[in-house]
Amino acid sequence: MGGPEIERLIAELARLPGFGPRAARRAALRLLRQPQARLMPLIAALRDAADAVRPCARCGNLDSVDPCTLCADPRRDQGLVCVVEGVGDLWALERAGVHHGLYHVLGGTLSALSGVGPEDLNAAPLLARVAAGEVREVILALPATVDGATTAHWLTDRLRPHGIAISRVAHGMPMGGALDALDDGTLAAALRARQAV
Amino acid sequence: MGVRVGERAGAALSWLTSMEWEAPGILLHAEPFGEGDALASVLTEAQGRHRGLARGGASRRQAALWQPGNLLHLRWLGRLADQLGSFSGELIHTGAAPVLDEPLLLAMLSAACAVAEGALPERAPHPRVFAGLLRLIAELPRGAAMLAAQVRWEATLLAELGYGLDLSCCALSGARDGLAFVSPRSGRAVSEAAAGVWRARLLPLPGFLLDEEAPAGPADWRDGLRLTGHFLARDAFGQQHRPLPLARLSLYQRVAESTKE
Repeated sequence: MGGPEIERLIAELARLPGFGPRAARRAALRLLRQPQARLMPLIAALRDAADAVRPCARCGNLDSVDPCTLCADPRRDQGLVCVVEGVGDLWALERAGVHHGLYHVLGGTLSALSGVGPEDLNAAPLLARVAAGEVREVILALPATVDGATTAHWLTDRLRPHGIAISRVAHGMPMGGALDALDDGTLAAALRARQAV
Repeated sequence: MGVRVGERAGAALSWLTSMEWEAPGILLHAEPFGEGDALASVLTEAQGRHRGLARGGASRRQAALWQPGNLLHLRWLGRLADQLGSFSGELIHTGAAPVLDEPLLLAMLSAACAVAEGALPERAPHPRVFAGLLRLIAELPRGAAMLAAQVRWEATLLAELGYGLDLSCCALSGARDGLAFVSPRSGRAVSEAAAGVWRARLLPLPGFLLDEEAPAGPADWRDGLRLTGHFLARDAFGQQHRPLPLARLSLYQRVAESTKE
């Protein structure tokens, strides 16, 4: 088809989420047709990101400064920490603009069968922050799955002795959700978490 | 002639391509595979523990379906019987959602699924193990009292694998009454009277393993988990040179700690 450089470019693009070989070929073609307008800026952006972006030592967020801009923002509530599984979850909460405290990215959830144990999670910095008395409340915003709930209970067991408030995000009806479209588990959770009006 | 050959080839091909079954099954484990798929392991009555690819199983739409403990109506389809094949499923009963907020019940569910996943051979039917696990998961919301049922289910699993405990009479005296221990070597019961100086080396036998109606508390549940855990670790998992699953160890630890409080 082309030289080995093109094959390599397609192979690397095909490894990205959302890309298959077909989409990778299309993307490669678009990049190679307009090298100055598309390819060179992408190369520069990739190089800059690779050089500068690092996980924040305090919360695990990805940023080009350490501590990250969220941790360093004095307008944020420093005593309120929201624990999330991944950076994608942090970005989702930031897009919604509903959390004005800090974050902690665990980098995964416990899974006995997949071999993910406590030592594989980025939990130690969070426990250190709590032990240092910097945290007033921890919000557990972990997935409503068996692994997510197991991780939440594990964290709760370790946070409780510090006497801080621990809460978790509610499970139940999504915005715009119709009852007949919900699965049984979500319906059950929604009914259990009903509120007086 | 040509038509007949074509028919025969078609019949042979249909035999090759009709590798499929439909049955209710309990999801034991699903791990993400690729971007949105999941490698699922299920337990069914007739097929035993069976693996397959659940297309879209790790996607947002289907993530709630492929949770351990859920009872699904499954359809497995493979081009050949020995291929991994693929699953599609519909939810019959959600076993995971009712216990997500209860640490002990969630630990029980995880431990049961992990033990079944690790101990049972693939594609070998064990109807008693399936029925026991189904009943256990359905009744888990009743609370900690289901620990006795979990220990009994583990004893059933051991028996199905050929490592059954013999609790019919005392291995030393032959007595049928006063059974209080189990030999960690033979798996046979030992009576209180015959235990003698070996008492410290024997595993305590909780009463609920002899009589389902016997009252049981946290110490009995702990002893029961210790008993079946010993034989699961030595026989069911030890024979595969694998340790007892972390989820099962965590359950014992949680119950043992509750007896200290």
